Amino acid sequence: MNAHPHPSVRPPLMSHLDWLESEAIHIMREVAGQCARPVLLFSGGKDSICLLRIAEKAFRPGRFPFPLLHVDTGHNYREVVAFRDRRAAELGERLIVRTVDESIRRGSVVLKHADESRNRHQSVTLLEAIEEFGFDCCIGGARRDEEKARAKERIMSFRDEFGQWDPKNQRPELWNLYNARTHAGEHVRAFPISNWTELDVWQYIEREGLDLPSIYFAHEREVVVRNGLLVPVNVPLVSGALTNPPRPGEQVVIRRVRFRTVGDISCTAPVESDADSVARIIVETASTDLTERGATRLDDQTGDASMEQRKKEGYF
Amino acid sequence: MDTEMENRGLLRFLTCGSVDDGKSTLIGRLLHDSKAILADTLQAIESTSTRRGLEALDLSLLTDGLQAEREQGITIDVAYRYFSTGRRKYIIADAPGHEQYTRNMVTAASTAQLAILLVDARKGLQTQTRRHARLVSMLGIQHQVVAINKMDLVDHDRAVFERIRDDYLDFAERAGMTGVRFVPMSALRGDMVVERGTGLGWYDGPTLMDILESVPVSAATDAQPLRFPVQWVCRPQEADNPDLHDYRGFMGRIESGRIAPGDAVCVLPSGVRTTVEAIHVGGEPRATASAGQSVTLLLRDDVDVSRGDMIVSPDTMPQGLRQISADLCWLSDTPLDRARTYLIRHTTREVRAKLMAIDHRLDVNTLEQMPGDRLSMNDIARVRFKLAQPVFADPYASDRATGAFVVIDESTFNTVGAGMIVQDEAADD
Repeated sequence: MNAHPHPSVRPPLMSHLDWLESEAIHIMREVAGQCARPVLLFSGGKDSICLLRIAEKAFRPGRFPFPLLHVDTGHNYREVVAFRDRRAAELGERLIVRTVDESIRRGSVVLKHADESRNRHQSVTLLEAIEEFGFDCCIGGARRDEEKARAKERIMSFRDEFGQWDPKNQRPELWNLYNARTHAGEHVRAFPISNWTELDVWQYIEREGLDLPSIYFAHEREVVVRNGLLVPVNVPLVSGALTNPPRPGEQVVIRRVRFRTVGDISCTAPVESDADSVARIIVETASTDLTERGATRLDDQTGDASMEQRKKEGYF
Repeated sequence: MDTEMENRGLLRFLTCGSVDDGKSTLIGRLLHDSKAILADTLQAIESTSTRRGLEALDLSLLTDGLQAEREQGITIDVAYRYFSTGRRKYIIADAPGHEQYTRNMVTAASTAQLAILLVDARKGLQTQTRRHARLVSMLGIQHQVVAINKMDLVDHDRAVFERIRDDYLDFAERAGMTGVRFVPMSALRGDMVVERGTGLGWYDGPTLMDILESVPVSAATDAQPLRFPVQWVCRPQEADNPDLHDYRGFMGRIESGRIAPGDAVCVLPSGVRTTVEAIHVGGEPRATASAGQSVTLLLRDDVDVSRGDMIVSPDTMPQGLRQISADLCWLSDTPLDRARTYLIRHTTREVRAKLMAIDHRLDVNTLEQMPGDRLSMNDIARVRFKLAQPVFADPYASDRATGAFVVIDESTFNTVGAGMIVQDEAADD
């Protein structure tokens, strides 16, 4: 092997964040290189906010080689929706929004009753958007540390024409040689931050100085205590209407809370916290004794395997 | 706290062992003792342990991922786990032990820098242990740790540990493996995993965690010649900013070597030589970059470069190969078909390929050559492919990134094979 041109310069050890970021950039560029019509799923949540920063590092000064897509249940926190729109505008990238309401009007989503959570029905709207635009890859912010079924998901995860994930028939994924090939009607989901943990996400947000929707930080909010979780009630929607009324007999209290994860109002619960800065959230995250989804998700507690079940149906 | 958590690097490792060697328990123990398991997860496995009538916490439940596995009580796929200490972040690839799952083991090993091989102290070295060790070595993993587990079941007997260690050293020497480390332990009781425990006072070497914390992770690859496969070309002509009109950035990850503005480079396959003008990340300039970093290179001359090309050091170039000889692990239910054409993905390049010959199969237990002209799931063979266009490769043993490839079925688009280039014969082009 020949002498290297810079023998005296020993590069510094890449920190874990450097490594994770570099891997994520590499994955996004593979999507761009291999897929004809990719899209990045952007909800305004912290994981997809990290994805946008990674996309900037991957593709600037060029434009992103994909639009952004949000599947809006119509029951999202208005602070998050406003953040979503502002961030997309700042980046100058195209944002597509498709709503569960449109699917309800089309008849492809039928709610059992008006108050049923729309979270699960996002899958239908997402698959309709994939079909409408002919997307062959959806880039998402899912992480393997979130849930047991996700621990086995590939970075490029194949979906059949029905959007289904088959955990027993996944494509082997070796080295960093990703295979995003699909036939018409099929697609892949690409997860650039698969190897990140919740703490990594917060450390990255701090390092990069990323802006977040305000509800990630401690604030006072009306909640009820239900099954040991704090459930937000009387939450204003974008329209100004209030959703999630307390159930009869429930006592509404005001607590100082923040959200660890942000999604449909019907199924994301905040945690009690005084952390009003990213640095304080990192301290709390490093010392918490509850998992992100365990502390905050009302939809994962219906059965040991409920995420796996939803993923098979095409859920993100 | 924050400063302590910075700059610890990242280590990827895999665990392998036979079905009952206690692999899941070991991973559970590592996660548990390094405080990576949170209360609600712990509660869930506590209640499952109780429901199954177990007296102690079954830490192996932590690594059971999928419903089918929970039903069958076996691990059937690679699962990834995460934990970090004050110094380092760890990614564990948990590969199943069943013999028929060589492909999962190969998958898990492909990204690992360290392998933990579990041996049951009561049983000593098994065929399975040797097979895993050989695969680990074949996949080019730098560090091997042999964890001699269940020492509590052999009265913590030092002689048992030493006998297994000597057996292994014998085998390793014959197989040409070096730098293997040995730790006696009881994953169940927690001795010598993270804590030293009480049963193995005679052992004064490092615990498993001490080893994980101290092995060097900095890629030896940054001392190697530059290899920069181009993933994407950035040409923001349509942008409003006229300064960007001539911007042409070649985007990719440095797989090996280091680079700085002013360095001479060669673009393959064209063979054109030019100089690095600048290195950018997210549009911002960088003074240098090295192996592992995703960057954008700007070149001094206006050369034609596209995805699938490779920018390399002109002093030490990879070979352009139209024929490759490789160790191929078959991953699919459908055997390799000589009559068909496959796609080979090598770095960012994809070429069509046809099998020329299966030179011999490898016995996965001994890696000894045996005759064979078929390749079915989990088989490994030395094969030769003929390629429609050249790939620019190094032998896998000297560069993992430019020596590895996957085989894709042209009709299903499934990934069906994993190959490691062994020699550079028939270099043309």
